[in-house]
Amino acid sequence: MAASSSNGFRVIGTRPIRHDGVDKVTGRAKYGADYAFPGMLHGKVLRSPHPHANIKSIKIDKALALPGVKAIVTSADLPALPDKMEAAGEQAINLNHLSMNILARGKALYDGHPIAAVAATSPHIADEALRLIEVEYELLPPVMTVEDAMKPGATILLPSLRNKEDGPDKETNVAAHLQFKRGDVAEGFKQADYVIEREFKTAMVHQGYIEPHNAVGIYNADGHATIYCSTQGSFVVRALSAAVLGIAEGKIKVVPAEIGGGFGGKTTIYLEPLSVLLSQKTGHPVKLTMTRAEVLRATGPTSGSTIRCKMGATKDGKLVAAQCWLAYEAGAFPGSPVGAGAMTIVAPYNIPNILVDAYDVVVNRPKTAAYRAPGASNAAMASETVLDELAEKCGIDPLEMRLMNGSEEGTPQTVGPPFKRIGFKETVEAIKNSPHYKSKLTGANRGRGVASGFWFNVGLQSSATVNIHTDGTVSVVIGSVDIGGTRAAQAMIAAEVLGVDINDVRPTIADTDSIGHTDVTGGSRTCFATGWAVYEAAQDCVRQLKERAAKLWEKKPDEVVFENGMLSPAQPGGELKPMSIKQIASRLARTGGPIVGRATVNARGVGPAFATVCVDVEVDPDTGKTQILRATIAQDAGKAIHPSYVEGQMQGGMAQGLGWGLNEEYFYDDRGILRNTGLLDYRMPTCLDLPAIETAIVEVPTPGHPLGIRGVGEVSIVPPPAALANAIYHAVGVRMTELPMSPPRLLKAILKKRAAGEAQAAAAD
Amino acid sequence: MHAINYEAPKSLDEAVKLLAAHGEKARPLSGGTDLLIQLRAGTRRPEFVVDIKQIPELTRISFSLQHGLRLGAAAPCISIHENSDMRKYYPGLTEAAHLIGSLQIQSRATVGGNLCNGSPAADTTPALIALGAQARVIGPKGERTVPVDGFCLAPGRTVLQPGELLVEFHIPAPERHSSDAYLRFIPRNEMDIAVVGVGAALSLDVSDDRVVEARIGLGAVGPTPIFAAEASKSLIGKTLDAAAIENAARLAIAVATPIDDMRGTAEFRRHVVGVLTRRTLAKAAERAREANQR
Ligand SMILES: Cc1cc2nc3c(=O)[nH]c(=O)nc-3n(C[C@H](O)[C@H](O)[C@H](O)COP(=O)(O)OP(=O)(O)OC[C@H]3O[C@@H](n4cnc5c(N)ncnc54)[C@H](O)[C@@H]3O)c2cc1C
Repeated sequence: MAASSSNGFRVIGTRPIRHDGVDKVTGRAKYGADYAFPGMLHGKVLRSPHPHANIKSIKIDKALALPGVKAIVTSADLPALPDKMEAAGEQAINLNHLSMNILARGKALYDGHPIAAVAATSPHIADEALRLIEVEYELLPPVMTVEDAMKPGATILLPSLRNKEDGPDKETNVAAHLQFKRGDVAEGFKQADYVIEREFKTAMVHQGYIEPHNAVGIYNADGHATIYCSTQGSFVVRALSAAVLGIAEGKIKVVPAEIGGGFGGKTTIYLEPLSVLLSQKTGHPVKLTMTRAEVLRATGPTSGSTIRCKMGATKDGKLVAAQCWLAYEAGAFPGSPVGAGAMTIVAPYNIPNILVDAYDVVVNRPKTAAYRAPGASNAAMASETVLDELAEKCGIDPLEMRLMNGSEEGTPQTVGPPFKRIGFKETVEAIKNSPHYKSKLTGANRGRGVASGFWFNVGLQSSATVNIHTDGTVSVVIGSVDIGGTRAAQAMIAAEVLGVDINDVRPTIADTDSIGHTDVTGGSRTCFATGWAVYEAAQDCVRQLKERAAKLWEKKPDEVVFENGMLSPAQPGGELKPMSIKQIASRLARTGGPIVGRATVNARGVGPAFATVCVDVEVDPDTGKTQILRATIAQDAGKAIHPSYVEGQMQGGMAQGLGWGLNEEYFYDDRGILRNTGLLDYRMPTCLDLPAIETAIVEVPTPGHPLGIRGVGEVSIVPPPAALANAIYHAVGVRMTELPMSPPRLLKAILKKRAAGEAQAAAAD
Repeated sequence: MHAINYEAPKSLDEAVKLLAAHGEKARPLSGGTDLLIQLRAGTRRPEFVVDIKQIPELTRISFSLQHGLRLGAAAPCISIHENSDMRKYYPGLTEAAHLIGSLQIQSRATVGGNLCNGSPAADTTPALIALGAQARVIGPKGERTVPVDGFCLAPGRTVLQPGELLVEFHIPAPERHSSDAYLRFIPRNEMDIAVVGVGAALSLDVSDDRVVEARIGLGAVGPTPIFAAEASKSLIGKTLDAAAIENAARLAIAVATPIDDMRGTAEFRRHVVGVLTRRTLAKAAERAREANQR
């Protein structure tokens, strides 16, 4: 990598080949399902065919009698856990709910809810054993929507659930009501010349990672257990599995496999404790892998939602008030991302008067899990299309409208201190200046839409060690699993600091026994926080290298300078020749032993992320089918370490957001059974459905971070559904307020508009 | 998945005997692109699977201008698309076969399997109905010929009795100015099952653009694929103008009995039957005018 990048960096900003690339393209990389051990058994999970039912009895005798079946477990095999928020490792979580989602206790709460797990000598025998388990259910009415769940007298999912507002005596499906307030919205709306108010519905959608969940558990006779699995966070798997199993955290080791996508959905546990429990019962390693149908029925998804959004602006386009009401499906247990939805819904804008109410509602659907900027895409669908309508009313270009009202350094956030330096307006400018936005869109039924989005990003804890080997090569050891190019980026940071060639740095992802605590690869935190730890660990190496050179030269460490991988005396001249890392590495034994740099961070001062996108569509007005013609995204990366992987995150999130807008949806029938349990009918976009997505990386460094990095993993999914809705409006004149904007929905809206137009014309005659 | 016995007979005789011997417990395996999924999901649990792809009669495609087309039930869809006679004389059926899944799926999937699976959304069935295809069936009680229109009885159910095997399709030789077309609506641009499918075959008298023969088949808008008889008949003897096409579209909608499901609403499907009938007729007509078959 001879090419040097901007801002005086040598490695950062270039695009070297990723270290894990060869293994991945040759099929040698080991994903969770690739692990196999001598004597290994195969597990399968029996799942509820009903969305809501009391479990009267589970009879396992017949299944146990099937030759090859070694063990069957139910919730009776798991310890009862407190029904309140408790610390599990680093997070607060209702352990009872977590345990009940691993194996149903007393009640089945969604189609696909695990009831029992079997271990057998082959997956086929385990599968046949499931048919022999007899479960007696007492069916209860399914509660599928937030509207039904919130109705007075609604069927209750969790008898012990209470919320603060309704008090300790009232059974409810509303787990929480949050409110965020600034100024006085009533006064604010009085100043408005235009007020737009709309109600939106968005469907429950899945993260759609290609690799299904998997786990191999090995329980040792000494009470220690090892779990191999694909996860975004090995330490989370360890903490949560320990809690569910009632095993001390330190007795579990989690070895993270390569991961075939997660997008937030692999930040919790499903099969992991089952693999250990079955291994404990049988004395064999036990492997479980999910089918696609299991993935869709019982993991992931993110919330469907109902959102009302009212915004007001003066004639000249100044936003004066916003009032929003959001209710999100949590799934069977509390914990939807509605709080994040509420805090992001108008975050890109400086609006003096805001009132946001948010409700977390349990329904008979799978427990939702994180999905890329959880909760924010739903919210942006509402606010960013209402804003488009306001811009139209005011006769202002939608990008200008965003620039006029955009958040910047000093703007108060919906919650928390004012923004520090952020790059929102820069993303709007980047779209304005993009070849895409500057191009002219012509042709019938074609339209262009823009939208913006905000995401907090997180910091949290990371650990890193950097080793200088005797030949001068470097290894970087981290606890963050690599989903989108982490190894490459972390190696680049070490190479930059140490002034060595990127190919002389080998990154390794360690298991939970081999590295300090590291939080999930999620929240767009890895490059920011783990990158910070690696930066500091490499600086720790530099400090030690200087000490060694000083020793050899009989000088003080501060009389040695380190630059571009070379150590030299601060005072030039004399006999002492500069030394490379390679030269000094061969002399470590004689100067005090190996050099290991180490650092841990609890990274504060995270830089929030913004993105703005532009989408062109063509709609077939006879069928309601939307074809995306062109799409561009501009996003603030703070500092793009490996621009290809930043672009990858931007394109990936945008692709998912467009899929969310176009056709993806959980389709439950009126009995509460999920009908589209495969990727044929859960319609993610294929490569024929999307254009090559154009990117513009904006770099507004995060203040306080040594490299200015800002997380890039999530915000790209926030604006696309709204941009698509805006583009569709500009193509065919209908404002879509429901996701997905699938052909049947869009055609219905088009025909309704046509009929209204004809009625009007007839009346005018 | 349960344990199964697998047989791959080399002759039609052997296959018929095997199937007869095991009756309801046996299931023919053609490309397996439906059957394997059903076995894995446990929705079909046969004890014997009889692979029919090694039987020459079942995989051949033979065409002549005198006798028309004999299409083996187990000929993979890809071989249809690769066959120049098929592309030239039956472009509608060919495009239907070429729409199934992906190239990988088409290397396995067959028209026979598509029909015998009994899905109302099978892509090649409306195209076969439009072409007036006849299915040759052989079984324990001998041989019979069944028109494809009428082959399917309900979702997943056909006229085939236990032990019966679909051998091949016979499609009459094309007229001088005749052709066919098949269009389906899917929400994405590939890898979807038809929400609506419409096949149309037309024979024209080009001197005044009059319709001599017309057949329209509909898919995914009822419990079985549908022959739109009234719509087809309405075109015969007419000049193929906008009014005639509109009328046929209206009559096609009238025979559709779609349902609401995850792939679309009944309302949507009815509307799209009209849209696709218009588009498919226009395409078939354009091809028929250009064709110079004899
Ligand atoms: C990814 C994917 C995409 C798909 N896309 C489409 C699509 O776009 N359009 C579409 O229509 N279908 C689609 N399908 C379904 C399937 O590929 C087709 O229905 C295909 O034509 C089935 O043919 P086959 O030879 O694989 O049938 P098989 O699976 O072998 O057989 C299907 C059924 O017919 C029976 N059978 C087969 N041959 C005979 C015979 N000669 N006599 C008696 N019974 C027989 C079998 O016993 C079985 O019950 C798709 C499937 C997959 C997996």
